[in-house]
Amino acid sequence: MPKTYQLVVIGAGPGGLCAAITAASLGLDVVVLDEQPSPGGQIYRGISQTPDDRSALLGADYQRGADLVAAFKASGAQYWPQTTVWSLNSRREIGILRQGRASIIQAERVIVASGAMERPVPFLGWTLPGVMNAGAAQILLKTAGVVPAQGTVIAGTGPLPLLVAWQYLRAGVKVKAVLELSPGTNLWRAAPYLPGALVAGDYISRGLKYTLDLNKGGVPIYYGVSRLQARGNDRIEAVEYGWDILGSDRRETIITDSLLVHFGVIPRTNLTKAAGCQHIWDRGQQCWRPQVDRWGNTNVPGIAVIGDNAGIGGARSAEHSGRLAALEAARSWHLISTQQRDRQAHNDLKWLRKDLRVRPFLEALYRLPDSLLVPPDDEILVCRCEEISAGQIRQAVREEHGDPNQVKFYLRCGMGPCQGRQCAPAVAQIVAAENKRPVADYTTFRVRPPIRTLTIAQLANLESSES
Amino acid sequence: MKVDVAIVGGGLMGSSTALHLARAGQKVIVVEKNSPGRHASGVNAGGLRRLNRDPAEIPLAVVAAQMWREIESLVGSDCDVQLSGQVRVAENAADLQKLSERAALVRSLGFEHEQLITRERLYQLVPALAPHCVGGLYTAGDGFARPYHALTAFRRQAQSLGVKYHTGFPVTGLERLGSCWRVVTESAKFEAPILVNCAGAWAGQICAYLDEPVPLKVGAPMMMVTERLPHFLDPVVGAASRKLSFKQMQNGTVLIGGAYLAEHDMVKETTEIDLTKLSASSQTVLALFPRMANVRIVRTWAGLEAFMPDRIPVIGSSAKHPSVYHAFGFSAHGFQLSPVVGRIMSELILNQKSSLALEPFSIQRFQSSG
Amino acid sequence: MFKRLREFNEQTVTVNIEGEDVRVPLGETVAAAVLVHNLGYTRTTPISGAPRAPLCMMGVCFECLMEIDGLPNTQACQVQVAEGMKIRRQQGVGGSDA
Repeated sequence: MPKTYQLVVIGAGPGGLCAAITAASLGLDVVVLDEQPSPGGQIYRGISQTPDDRSALLGADYQRGADLVAAFKASGAQYWPQTTVWSLNSRREIGILRQGRASIIQAERVIVASGAMERPVPFLGWTLPGVMNAGAAQILLKTAGVVPAQGTVIAGTGPLPLLVAWQYLRAGVKVKAVLELSPGTNLWRAAPYLPGALVAGDYISRGLKYTLDLNKGGVPIYYGVSRLQARGNDRIEAVEYGWDILGSDRRETIITDSLLVHFGVIPRTNLTKAAGCQHIWDRGQQCWRPQVDRWGNTNVPGIAVIGDNAGIGGARSAEHSGRLAALEAARSWHLISTQQRDRQAHNDLKWLRKDLRVRPFLEALYRLPDSLLVPPDDEILVCRCEEISAGQIRQAVREEHGDPNQVKFYLRCGMGPCQGRQCAPAVAQIVAAENKRPVADYTTFRVRPPIRTLTIAQLANLESSES
Repeated sequence: MKVDVAIVGGGLMGSSTALHLARAGQKVIVVEKNSPGRHASGVNAGGLRRLNRDPAEIPLAVVAAQMWREIESLVGSDCDVQLSGQVRVAENAADLQKLSERAALVRSLGFEHEQLITRERLYQLVPALAPHCVGGLYTAGDGFARPYHALTAFRRQAQSLGVKYHTGFPVTGLERLGSCWRVVTESAKFEAPILVNCAGAWAGQICAYLDEPVPLKVGAPMMMVTERLPHFLDPVVGAASRKLSFKQMQNGTVLIGGAYLAEHDMVKETTEIDLTKLSASSQTVLALFPRMANVRIVRTWAGLEAFMPDRIPVIGSSAKHPSVYHAFGFSAHGFQLSPVVGRIMSELILNQKSSLALEPFSIQRFQSSG
Repeated sequence: MFKRLREFNEQTVTVNIEGEDVRVPLGETVAAAVLVHNLGYTRTTPISGAPRAPLCMMGVCFECLMEIDGLPNTQACQVQVAEGMKIRRQQGVGGSDA
């Protein structure tokens, strides 16, 4: 029998940390598994090691993480850093890899807090060296103080491109342009939600601040950009894009050896899919996410999902949803009563309700057009690992390989080392579009362990019992 | 449209039967529960193996091997066939004895394809093998193909000859209407004078509708595949006394099977990988191919397959009903037989007899008149 | 091309990147180290031989696969530098000339 733990939290981002802090304070025996060497997740990546000058550069939001990490360290929860989770099943058996050794542990309850990843949006040239996700560039900045040496172009949608541009501006890194790819019409669609959004704190004022600072700093921001393309032979040499200005469609070029892209984030669903949790298409967020109740419970008994992993809500929402899942865990062991849970949850639920009011506005404002979700050109590589193009996928659908898994069988699309993480959304979108059906009618690729590659020797030496 | 034959199941057996019937001018429909190749036909290990077959299957496998060599003329695609041989490895004297008895048995049946090979020959064929092995049983001309590609080729060729696939129609009942069979699904009914059961893991359900029960058990053999490696292996490798099927695909990935079964759920049509069993499978790999130690496993999977108690399929006419035929229960080694099974079924349906002996595969063997 | 915002004064280790000894801060990922070293690309694909470089820096894209201490298919963004580490680009499936 594998060694059993009362509560295992997967992920040490803000959600996982809050879940662990709360659960430990209520008397639960908690283990937090995380693949990074220090707590904080991607949002507060490297927070405990970041030198003060760099931390100041990153802004007040980032420093908030330091307090969270301190509270976690004092909480009494066990913390296993540099621990990769490669399997989770419906019996809550968790396959982990720690110091090169694979083992299986048993959890009585699991809180999955593996967070989000940047939404992969295939476009022409996105595989060229020099093209990188903007969030990835931010990780480089946070953990290593590494930045583009000869300036960069930042393109995409959502608040992150502005934030990265703003951080670079403060760091003295040249930003040649910010290209906003949300359609201009989004503003009109979002407008009706604005009154609701204004209630919910400072999202909008922060966005405005970044924009104003960038204007002041001479960083051009182009709105209404479309048909983004990276050009170059062995690495990116230029960015090309369409720019609709006053009704005249122009094609523009910027010479650059660096392009950072960002199209919002989507939940990382590999673990929850492997565990058999129900997933649904979220129309507002334009992605699949696990279906959860307000406490994070999924359809699989004992498995809860919180934070961005359960649907994008940002770092602050993750903290609240983490606390809620921990309260529910404590209730399930009768450490607190249902009434106590509900009472203690009051503020978290209130905060989440309030925050939820800003989401329709942001979702409408940063809504991706079909031309980004469904790769328009047949030449666009969709599966980066196996080098499968949108045209090949469309052809397979026409030959009656009618769902994403059949496309995968037929083309090996999604069978490479990334296990479909980078191509799954686009493949489902292409299949749906070719079949002229809503994408919600489809699911993405089936997911099975190992959800992170592990070696034959590691699996052969699997430790699944107490020794 | 007047239909001659309705086939339940759009996998390899159903599609091969449809193709052969269509070549003979029959009007055929295929009624498929979800999509062709969703389970066993799409996700099996793709072995093209005569080696170590049940004696009853050998004559079929030998004809099938010839058909695979010329598969392009049948289905218009080479199905990525790779005929680089299959070998069963002996790791000690007892293994060698076992293999030499097996070779003698096959010879006594009049077949020469299973050849005992020396240690030296073994290491010529499989230089990457761990050094302790002592010999093997080898069948040149065996090999492997890509199952989902083969299935697609069979399906498309059948479609080009007029076969109509109705996909997404789980069968909920079968009715006899005069001289016709009616295949009932939730949203449609299909009628034909002749009915063929190629329903794979669901064939037992079809038999139950026909009041002709069979002791079919469903299993989900697990497989794993590695990252791409530089080419190092030609033949498919098995072992005399271990559960292993080990092959390097054309793209460099290594496909590892061993007939370890996953948990499965027939209602949800899902399987759940059992990692402790795959750990045992990995130990086997390490014992025979130590160089694999640091190679990464990229994916695992399992497909639902039909197993019979005697591990050989049911092929032939119904014992209870006229105009009903069965081909199912291939017990996780049907892929290689699929071309010849389609031919046999078409012979049975059109001429009431087969060119190959089918007695061992009769459904009557499960219907002891007790 | 990438650079460090400022010269580091943390503890350092020496790694070997494509045959060249390079001093890098302890705790940095291999991916960050090779980006600053301006390798251009960090692997070629096994299919078309196209050059690739790190994309996600968080372990989900597998574009940063390199040969680290002789072990191919290692995610450079998930491994921290260590004294004496040998880091090479992965050419195709890797490992063939190791």
